[in-house]
Amino acid sequence: MSEPILSIQDLTKHFGGNAAVSGITLDVQPRETLAIIGPNGAGKTTFYNMVSGRMTPTRGKVLLDGRDITGLPPHRISRLGVSRSFQINNIFTEMTVRENVEVALAALHHHSRRWFNLASRDTVLQEEAQALLDRLSIGGLAERRAGVISYGDKRLLEIAVVLATRPRLVLLDEPTAGMTPDETRRVTGLVKSLADSGDYTFLITEHDMEVVFSLADRILVMHRGEALVVGTPEEVRRHPEVRRAYLGEEDEEQQEAGA
Amino acid sequence: MKQTILLGALLVALIGLVALPWFAPYFYIFIVTEILIMGLFAASFNLVFGYTGMLSFGHAAFFGVGCYATAMTLLHLKWPFLYCLVLSVGAGALLALVIGFFSVRLNEVYFAMLTLAFGMMVFSVAHHWRSVTNGSDGIAGFTLGDFGLGLDLTLGNPAVYYHVVLVFVVVAAAVLYLIGRSSFGMILQAIRQNPERVAFCGLNVRSYRLAAFTLGGAFAGLAGGLMAPFLRVASPEMLHWSTSAEPVLMSILGGTGYFLGPFVGSAMFILLETWITSITQAWMLFLGIVLALMVMFFRRGLLGTFLDWWLERK
Amino acid sequence: MSGFGAALLNSLDIGLLLFVIAVGLNIVFGVLNVINFAHGALYMLGAYLAYTLINLVGLSFWPTLLLAPLGVAAVAVLIDRLVLRFIYQRDVADSLLLTFALLLIINESVRSIWGSGIHVVEPPPILQGTVRVFGGPSYPIYSLFVILVGLLLLAGLWYLFNRTRVGRIMRAAALDRDMAEALGINTKRVVTGVFAFGAWLAAVGGAVAAPMRAIDPGMGDKIIIESFIVVVIGGLGSFPGALIGALALGLMHGFGGRYMPEINMLLPFVGMALVLLFKPTGIMGKGATA
Repeated sequence: MSEPILSIQDLTKHFGGNAAVSGITLDVQPRETLAIIGPNGAGKTTFYNMVSGRMTPTRGKVLLDGRDITGLPPHRISRLGVSRSFQINNIFTEMTVRENVEVALAALHHHSRRWFNLASRDTVLQEEAQALLDRLSIGGLAERRAGVISYGDKRLLEIAVVLATRPRLVLLDEPTAGMTPDETRRVTGLVKSLADSGDYTFLITEHDMEVVFSLADRILVMHRGEALVVGTPEEVRRHPEVRRAYLGEEDEEQQEAGA
Repeated sequence: MKQTILLGALLVALIGLVALPWFAPYFYIFIVTEILIMGLFAASFNLVFGYTGMLSFGHAAFFGVGCYATAMTLLHLKWPFLYCLVLSVGAGALLALVIGFFSVRLNEVYFAMLTLAFGMMVFSVAHHWRSVTNGSDGIAGFTLGDFGLGLDLTLGNPAVYYHVVLVFVVVAAAVLYLIGRSSFGMILQAIRQNPERVAFCGLNVRSYRLAAFTLGGAFAGLAGGLMAPFLRVASPEMLHWSTSAEPVLMSILGGTGYFLGPFVGSAMFILLETWITSITQAWMLFLGIVLALMVMFFRRGLLGTFLDWWLERK
Repeated sequence: MSGFGAALLNSLDIGLLLFVIAVGLNIVFGVLNVINFAHGALYMLGAYLAYTLINLVGLSFWPTLLLAPLGVAAVAVLIDRLVLRFIYQRDVADSLLLTFALLLIINESVRSIWGSGIHVVEPPPILQGTVRVFGGPSYPIYSLFVILVGLLLLAGLWYLFNRTRVGRIMRAAALDRDMAEALGINTKRVVTGVFAFGAWLAAVGGAVAAPMRAIDPGMGDKIIIESFIVVVIGGLGSFPGALIGALALGLMHGFGGRYMPEINMLLPFVGMALVLLFKPTGIMGKGATA
């Protein structure tokens, strides 16, 4: 086993008296895709919020490449190569699709400190943004205002903004939620090709079990803030507690049908 | 095509402004001088509000401090005017840096409260610190000497002073405009729309907000410095929250979404003020009603609404 | 020692009055998620109505104390129905702008109706004069009355927020808006009621202050700034925070006025800056970072 890119130690978050996340310990290997599943309220988003710096844990540590990043502000963690998407679309609605990506690229290349360039003539950023959008198959929308494109395209755009910061570790929060089956296939294919490129490590929370089982190298099952089990898809599928607590009979049938 | 028409209209307006003293009586020169200065003040506010999304109710602090800086250096040190203005810019920026340090850290509700409170702190200092600020009477009795840079200008002549103001305001506006169109300006607008996403792109939102706020303070300081010789006094009223209300209303009136909105708003504001105050004392009441109606029904402002419509039209 | 006693009473007098006003600001913020910039103007309106009822209508003090705040609450209902209703669903900035516009409107209306001069209201005969407290110098009875009113309202509000259903819902709403929505609290009537209640508290402050403070069109400005400082120090939306902040400000005025009059007026701002430096969300506050 190589050195883990992300190492979570006893990560815990209390709200008032309730533990939203409790004692999660986990190593994520470089270039793997780890899916996090669990019912609503299992603590998946809180877990993300702590890893990405949006919340400070009550207890425990987050190590990135062995370096303690617990409690660092989001922009510092982003600079260290961690980027995330949100469950609710989180883009710049009044800007064009390409400008959305340019914002992230300006941050990456420190153009954001330029006070006297014309952003509309910044061809370096524009070309890079266009290339990224093309790669995500939304290049044709570059000039459209981000607020008016379709829901699925907005989600793809958010992924583009996430990737534009050149992360090594990408946290996707329900990337296919609310998408049509067609859009879901597009996103799944995209994540798969990105994962295969070997440039990224993915954490993905997802409700769609078909997506989870087609993408994940390993799966973490969360239940009431705790890690129920971590293992390969096959191990998780067989795990009796998971079957009882989460997958249930109905879901299981769906997977059989899907597979 | 439409870009060209807009540019042409702007050019015509500019030529008209340059030529104004040759065909307009003094009364209008005074009015347009005030419109220009207040327009710059409003534009500096709109960098903070319209671009970066921070609603400040204390912007008069920087305007007023700029006014005091020029008035006091003219009175005590008799510096050339240009140097006084540089000092005003520095004073506005420095004060904004300090107030901004405390105010940009929290959400917009806090920001609005804190800017008003700190603004009124500056007001009460000017009001009570009589030995330095001369209290409610303010600083008066200063005279304009040289301009600086060896330029021989009769600044006491309203037409000459108008041209000086015009040059400063046009250059400052151009600089502000370019900042708005730069990558930095793009980040400011991104922060208005979604500060969280900007943070997750790896930028420290707080320092960008502080930079914008300080920049706004610097330009407001410049406007204040230009205002001192025009009013011939620097008084605490210029620091009062009711003065902070003016750029707010001008920006809303013209429209916060376009760069020239605050300037158009300033023109309407001052023309209305001249007209209304000749009829009734209750100018502020009128202001309040206009602000409420604009916010409720006409949020894009007059220039904004027009340009939205015209640019969308085929 | 006697000077200390008088300063302490002064602090209580100023602090409790400020608490009544600031807690109204907090309640409105809690439910509407907006800071009412016109809150100080409503306080002033309370004082002017009291002046009108006592000096012009000829009513006595006690019914005025009841009627003036109710009058302001009625104005607040109108404001809510006619103006604020338009922007509850909009951006926070829009609601801030709108209450700021209300501040301009109310301030200037007051100036137009009552003039820019200073008005004075006499306390009722029973509350005039001074008594000796702490065995020291004599102290105005009216100030003791203000302290009493402040304590009664403090007790009343405590009872309301801790012992009644309405109060508990309001407190919950102030701390957690999502929960409030889950409880169905943002119905029109509740919003109007809360806004009017906040205005009522401000106006009670104004009516009580009328016989001891100069009534002029600038009185609302001073109080809104101080209320802001109170909620920033105590923590926006927190009721114990409003009490702590108000008493802290009272102490600054009570003792600052006596022992360091030159910088007295700066003390609250310095206190606020210090709190912002070390605990940006206030002593009792949480969340709200940008």
